[in-house]
Parts: sequence; C-alpha cells; structure tokens
Amino acid sequence: MSATSSHSPAVQSDRPVPPVGWLSTAALGLVVVGGILLASYAPRVAPLGLATALLCGAIVLLVLAGALLARIKDFAWATFASVFRWALLAYVIASGMIEFAFVHDHTRGSSLVLVTLMLVVFALSVPTTMAFTVARYAETR
Amino acid sequence: MSEEVMVNDVAAPHVPHAGRPQIHVVPLRGLPVAGVAVIFVALSIGFNWRWGLVFNHVVGGGLWTGIDLFVGLVIGPILGRLSIPARAEFSARFMPKMVIIMPTVVLMTLATGFQVARNAGNLVATNPNHAWLIVSFCVVGVMATIALGILEPANIAVLYEMNKPVPNGERIGRLMQRFIYTAGITGVMQIATLVIMTRLGSR
Repeated sequence: MSATSSHSPAVQSDRPVPPVGWLSTAALGLVVVGGILLASYAPRVAPLGLATALLCGAIVLLVLAGALLARIKDFAWATFASVFRWALLAYVIASGMIEFAFVHDHTRGSSLVLVTLMLVVFALSVPTTMAFTVARYAETR
Repeated sequence: MSEEVMVNDVAAPHVPHAGRPQIHVVPLRGLPVAGVAVIFVALSIGFNWRWGLVFNHVVGGGLWTGIDLFVGLVIGPILGRLSIPARAEFSARFMPKMVIIMPTVVLMTLATGFQVARNAGNLVATNPNHAWLIVSFCVVGVMATIALGILEPANIAVLYEMNKPVPNGERIGRLMQRFIYTAGITGVMQIATLVIMTRLGSR
C-alpha cells in the first residue's frame, strides 16, 4: 500500500497471506447449498449423490484452507486460537440446534450422516474464517 | 458521495486514541439473554410448541430483517458522514451488541422456520407454497453466507483492531468496505424475504 506506513508493525502484518478466509467461506457456501438441497426435498430423501459431492468439495476446501494456514510463517497463533475457541463454541451450539431439529423431524440414515457432516464443516468453517481474519492483522509476538 | 467520504476519512492510518476504554468484543451481559433465547427455541422445537415456534420465527425474522434494513439504509449512511472519532465511538458501542444480537435472531428465525414450514405442510412438494419456500431457502442461504463468511469476521476484526494501542484506520476502513459492498445484496435479499413471507402468510 502506501509508503507512509511501510515501517510500522501494524502494517507489516498486512503482508500477503494465502486465501484461507475465502477458501473456508467457499466451504461454507457449498454446505449451505447442500443444506438447501436436502431441506428442499424434506420430508422426502434428497438425491444424495449431489449432496455428497457438495460435502466432499466443502471438506476439500476446508482441508486446503487448514493446510495453507499451517504453512504461514510468523502468524499470530495465540490470537487465532483465542478467537477460534470461542467462535467454535458458539457455532457448535448453533449446529447442535440444527442437528436437533433434523433428528426431531425423524431424519435418519444416510441423510442424517450427510447433515451431520455438513454441520461439522459449518461449525469449523465460520470460526476458521473469523479467527483467520482477526489473526492475520494481529501482532505475531 | 457518502461512500467516498467514508473511504477517504478512514484512510488516515494509525490514529492513536489515548485513554480509550477497552472494547468488549462479546458483551458478557448479553449472553444470558442469548442463552434464554436458545433454550426457548430448543423447547419450542422439542415439544413442537406451536406458539413458541411461531413466536421465535416471527419475532426473530422481523428483528433480523428490520435491523438489517435499518442499519444498511439508515445507520450506515449516517455513519459515513460522521467524523472519524464519532464513528469510532459509535462503532465501539454498537458493533459488540450486534455480535450478540444478530446470531441470536438468526438462530431463532432459521431453527424454528423449518418446523413452522413443516407443520404448515409447506414442505410437501405438491403444496402451492413449496416453490416460494425453496426460493426463501435460497435467499436465506445467500444472506447466511454473506453474514457468516464475510461480515461477521470483518466485524470481529474491526473490534480487535480498535482495541489495539494504535488502531490502523486504513485497515479498519478496508474491513468496513465489506459492509458497503454487501449492503445492496443484503437489502435486496431482505426485501425478497418480506415479499415471500407475507405471500406465504396470506395464502
């Protein structure tokens, strides 16, 4: 960016980083589409092939985000862990509520497994995006 | 005009705020209220409590849509015309509250909405409301992805930045631009929600 702030510690942390946030947000987008697909067929069984493909795509994106994240040097891991922990708690509660609704509605078998795995991706992707967005700008010491 | 002013104003980097009180990113006093709402939603679903389901869905949905439109169309443009210190002071008090309020109203709306639709028979493919329901799923999906994947992380990052001894104004401005870029999409989606839900409710 501008030369005016190139030597400040705050702007040093604005260095280029891998697109971890966008990858985990894309994973979220895929499980949202998968969730819409499953919900739009309820109470019938949705075509599981497409839903499984969306889930697999989301898992690949999330794993890729994690791998890229792990390779970042001088990252504010303490800040990342702090934000991730609390966000995870919040989104596990939200996911648990959605899972409860599906179980209560007698969703069973493969559909329930798919929903559960999608909710796991949901509960991991949002905290990952959130913690990464905060930590990328935090001091690394 | 307002967007230009906003971007230029916040572009002043490293504005120190000596003696500022620390911002609580998550206001702890709001957590019990959110907890009560979550328990209320769980009980309503668990006991298939018709009034509870409708209450959570209508109240949660009304607040979600109302707050989104009010913030996007009224508060946002006003905020863009304020001075940097005024904007920072308002945001420091306003944004932590949104961290509690928005996920709570979204959870109330979505978790019970599916049950309301199921009880009303709208999930059945032959129901005349079914197509409208699928459109509403898509609208909610777009809003949820924008809110959870783009706006909420930016909101939290801005609050952390404002808690630093020397906040980076340029960085805050860049993060806040996400709200400007997505406000139009969110506004259209919320108006679509109003149209769909009033249509479903009147058939």
